[in-house]
Amino acid sequence: MAVCVAVIAKENYPLYIRSTPTENELKFHYMVHTSLDVVDEKVSAMGKALVDQRELYLGLLYPTEDYKVYGYVTNSKVKFVMVVDSSNTALRDNEIRSMFRKLHNSYTDVMCNPFYNPGDRIQSSRPSTPW
Amino acid sequence: MEWRRSYGRAPKMIHLESNFVQFKEELLPKEGNRALLTFPFLHMYWTECCDTEVYKATVKDDLTKWQNVLKAHSSVDWLIVVVENDAKKKNKTNILPRTSIVDKIRNDFCNKQSDRCVVLSDPLKDSSRTQESWNAFLTKLRTLLLMSFTKNLGKFEDDMRTLREKRTEPGWSFCEYFMVQEELAFVFEMLQQFEDALVQYDELDALFSQYVVNFGAGDGANWLTFFCQPVKSWNGLILRKPIDMEKRESIQRREATLLDLRSYLFSRQCTLLLFLQRPWEVAQRALELLHNCVQELKLLEVSVPPGALDCWVFLSCLEVLQRIEGCCDRAQIDSNIAHTVGLWSYATEKLKSLGYLCGLVSEKGPNSEDLNRTVDLLAGLGAERPETANAAQSPYKKLKEALSSVEAFEKHYLDLSHATIEMYTSIGRIRSAKFVGKDLAEFYMRKKSPQKAETYLQGALKNYLAEGWALPITHTRKQLAECQKHLGQMENYLQTSSLLASDCHLTEEERKYFCQEILNFASQQSDSLGHKIVLPMHSFAQLRDLHFDPCNAVVHVGGILSFEITMCSQMPVPVHVEQIAVNVHFSVEKNSYRKTAEWLTKHKTSNGIINFPAETPPFPASQNSLPALELYEMFERSPSDNSLNTTGIICRNVHMLLRRQESSSSLDMPSGIALEEGVHVLKCSDVTLEPGPNRITFRTQAKEPGTYTLRQLCASVGPVWFVLPHIYPIVQYDVYSQEPQLHVTPLTDSLLAGIPQKVKFTVTTGHYTIKNGDSLQLSNAEAMLILCQTENRAVIYSNTRAPAPGGESDMLGTPEPHRKHKDKQKTGHCMVTTDHKVSIDCPWSIYSTVISLTFSVPFQTTHALLSAGTRKYVQVCVQNLSELDFQLSDSNLIDTGDSTDLHLIPLNTQSQQRISSKQSVFFVWELKWTQEPPPSLHCQFSVGFSPTSEERLSVSLKPYTYEFQVENFFTLYNVKAEIFPTSGMEYCRTGSLCSLEVLITRLSDLLEADKDESLTESDEYFSTKLMYEVVDNSSNWAVCGKSCGVISMPVAAQATHRVHMEVMPLFAGYLPLPDVRLFKYLPHHSAHSSQLDADSWIENDSLSVDKHMDDPLDSSSVKSRGSVHSTSSGEHKGLPMPRLQALPAGQVFNASAGMQILVIPSQDDHVLEVSVT
Repeated sequence: MAVCVAVIAKENYPLYIRSTPTENELKFHYMVHTSLDVVDEKVSAMGKALVDQRELYLGLLYPTEDYKVYGYVTNSKVKFVMVVDSSNTALRDNEIRSMFRKLHNSYTDVMCNPFYNPGDRIQSSRPSTPW
Repeated sequence: MEWRRSYGRAPKMIHLESNFVQFKEELLPKEGNRALLTFPFLHMYWTECCDTEVYKATVKDDLTKWQNVLKAHSSVDWLIVVVENDAKKKNKTNILPRTSIVDKIRNDFCNKQSDRCVVLSDPLKDSSRTQESWNAFLTKLRTLLLMSFTKNLGKFEDDMRTLREKRTEPGWSFCEYFMVQEELAFVFEMLQQFEDALVQYDELDALFSQYVVNFGAGDGANWLTFFCQPVKSWNGLILRKPIDMEKRESIQRREATLLDLRSYLFSRQCTLLLFLQRPWEVAQRALELLHNCVQELKLLEVSVPPGALDCWVFLSCLEVLQRIEGCCDRAQIDSNIAHTVGLWSYATEKLKSLGYLCGLVSEKGPNSEDLNRTVDLLAGLGAERPETANAAQSPYKKLKEALSSVEAFEKHYLDLSHATIEMYTSIGRIRSAKFVGKDLAEFYMRKKSPQKAETYLQGALKNYLAEGWALPITHTRKQLAECQKHLGQMENYLQTSSLLASDCHLTEEERKYFCQEILNFASQQSDSLGHKIVLPMHSFAQLRDLHFDPCNAVVHVGGILSFEITMCSQMPVPVHVEQIAVNVHFSVEKNSYRKTAEWLTKHKTSNGIINFPAETPPFPASQNSLPALELYEMFERSPSDNSLNTTGIICRNVHMLLRRQESSSSLDMPSGIALEEGVHVLKCSDVTLEPGPNRITFRTQAKEPGTYTLRQLCASVGPVWFVLPHIYPIVQYDVYSQEPQLHVTPLTDSLLAGIPQKVKFTVTTGHYTIKNGDSLQLSNAEAMLILCQTENRAVIYSNTRAPAPGGESDMLGTPEPHRKHKDKQKTGHCMVTTDHKVSIDCPWSIYSTVISLTFSVPFQTTHALLSAGTRKYVQVCVQNLSELDFQLSDSNLIDTGDSTDLHLIPLNTQSQQRISSKQSVFFVWELKWTQEPPPSLHCQFSVGFSPTSEERLSVSLKPYTYEFQVENFFTLYNVKAEIFPTSGMEYCRTGSLCSLEVLITRLSDLLEADKDESLTESDEYFSTKLMYEVVDNSSNWAVCGKSCGVISMPVAAQATHRVHMEVMPLFAGYLPLPDVRLFKYLPHHSAHSSQLDADSWIENDSLSVDKHMDDPLDSSSVKSRGSVHSTSSGEHKGLPMPRLQALPAGQVFNASAGMQILVIPSQDDHVLEVSVT
């Protein structure tokens, strides 16, 4: 289970960000924001290397003492960032990938909603349930 | 040497180093010995015995013994070297080569492996033979050695695997296994197979990690408890020595802690990686390791004194960094900052937490408890390692120094932080740099130097604002507020406070606190007037909408205009605002038309509500967040004729869209707000703004005409002014001044004379206020009646909102129905119009207003005189030209000439007749007289009419009248024409001549009307000259011979003249007879003309035809004839010209008019034209 999940617009403002320990929300906001540095770095490095067959999953962005931050970027440059507890060793790369895929599907569903205005903040229909 | 390995591993070139050791039995490996490095791979027996006897006596025994020992240790790798010496050989020449020592040895020992015995000849001599034997020996030695090595290594690996498989057994020890696998690693390292060596360590690493994870999952292994002992030493990684024997021994002794094991393992990995030229991987792995260790210690629930791990991590980070720096040059390091910066930042973080832990960050310095903790931490570091003891800058020294005093800590911490920020910035990780900067700012705040903190906080805030991260913005702002408060930047502090007070991410208490800060400041400073603090409004309150009253936002000079604004207070508590003011910009409108009431009414928003777009909360300056294009159609019409000049699309909010991007990022810079000092200010005092929407009403009395634009909105709380610098969209109201105007317009397209119609009086009151009792006085011509309904006096009932601004009243101005009556219309043309002027006295002006109304006559009337022999009829035709239908009644024709003997007998049966639009109605009267009728008759036709569409009218309408005159209506001549077929024929035939007989009969004696110059008198016998003419306009007849002639007609009743002519029908069928026309033939001089033969005269002279208006003469024939003769008219110059005058229509009765005669076609007429339709 991820402790924090964020969907970040192309322009780097958060479309959706939610963390499970709500008391420490601020820390995760900072963490996700800082991780955008690495996302940018990876995306620009990737742009040069693999244009056609692009891997959306960016892998581990950076580890911290307590958390691991993973990144994923859609073709429209919307970024997904997921923070996972370092002690949670059950989550391997594959699990993270599948979580991102699920997240991507959910995001696509949101975009398909005709009442959703692209660029607006995303409201979760399940207020306190993290991915 | 090429090394071929089992399991399909690729052959490699290796370098195998070997030591030569004197054989001792105790050196031989015992069962279970794992030391691979000191393993005796190959045993050699050297002998230089060349004497068979000696061999048999001693050497053979010795060899046997050696072999037995080897066998006992199951070692099969041996070699016997026999050194042959020529010098010695010479002494024993009798020895046969066959039975040489070598052969004997081979026989005795190498029964199957003859290659296990090598001969080395004269090793000290320099001959080719010697060389050869040496080479052979060395090759053999290498091959055998490698063979043995491979065999033994394979065995070792197998053993190791076996050992690893036993790891689930209870007595299994990781340390033991560690040593075994490390042995393998050492061997690979020795072989310079660093990759393989690294693999061994990585395997160990992974195995250990897995055990820790399993332990966390509850699957503990006994041996792991060794590693769970409390951490007592945290002296960091040691990477300077290739092998840290101290740690290795502790592992061997199974005394190592988790940190020791990890440190040792990493130091080995680091060494190998550096051998492999991969320093950046070291940095990366180091960071992973450090994080991992911290996690593992947590997972294993190892007790660690507070700060110990921080020390360990800090030292390790620096150690790794220094190690990397030691093996790379500057340029390499600079280009690989991305790999190392994580370590820097981690070290900074750890040093910071150490600083906080040891009380080095607080203002007062560490207290005794802090000091105790520091001492404990330093104790855990132990003594400095000997290898770094002499270095000026070792991690150990750094940490020790940093923890020693507040100043030293500050220095080290700042160094590290700045270095980290610089590195992050240089590789473009701005966000990370800002984040470190924020930590630094926090540190500065603790150190009470807010001025240094501010720049970092501002930088970070700007970054968060630009990317729209609400929570970080709030948090950073909170820090910034504190900083600004310490700095005494009141204005900035208040602004930040206002932003925070309106920030929904803060708790209610925090918001109230910041709001209270503002209010406190405002109340404190209220005494010292003159100093204002101007803050942007949007954080304090937001303008939501504005509502004008009157809703078209147009007011007359002197009128009252009010507007109500809805302000959403963002403050958490009610705020008492001393004054809310709207700055108004006044401009005199150039276009005078714009000031008129109609224009203003038409062009304003109808409901008078202006909505303001909600201010976008901290949203980034992205393409998406830009406001939508506001496009409008634009039509520009020429002022003169209202024709379209230009059209296009304009964008109303260009200034928003084309704004530079950078400027938008500095959204909350307070410097941009300038207070406008306007003359026109609308104020509202003492308002309490409750949280949420508040409605505030402003009132103003309009003074000067022009356009007023609302520019700024200020709310003042003491000396604090919240200013909305621009009100957008533009809000304007107009004040205009206009003279009262009166317009009178018909309700229909045009006014018709004779019937009641409504006209609308439009009073545009303008600046005039209508009072009760004001009236309009109308003075009109008599011909036009004003009909008033009983309930409607000519009094202006003004609208109830009489003093309202002028824009309203023009439509509401009381329309007064008046009925106009128009009579007496004589001339008969297409919708004759007459103008009537009405003079109106208005109460607001001393002058009368003269208004001209145009009425059209709905009818056109014509009359005609009809004859039947001597009986006369008058026909009147009334044509309705208007669009309305009328009912005609009471038609009447009277003689106005007072001739009593004349009677007009109407032949009209219906008294009521309907006349539709564009239709005609005819009326006929018969004229009867008893005495001789007068030469002329004056008649007046009158008919009553009323519009059919309207309901019965209360007023009686005047009839329509038409006056006309009929002259010479008495019949004088009767003309009768007859056509007879040629004699003998029954019918006329086409192409054959027929005779036309014209009979002209005078019907009366001389009458008064008949007296004119054509009359010639001779012996009381009057005669008159008449010209007849036969004309066939329809070309049915061809007149043969003369078609006209002059006759002298005696003026007496029943005088008759008969004329014969030949005519030829041109067509068959019933043909109308040709016309016979009579003219008066007037001689110019009666004396002269009487002499002339009329026929010849006409033929020879030019004829002047006095043509009258309705001359029925075929003018073309006369003209052509005249023109033919005019060429020869020169000799007749001066001759008097006779004139022709048409007889009035009433005087001639054509008895044969309308008669037809049957003409049958001639028999030789072959061509028959038939047209069938």
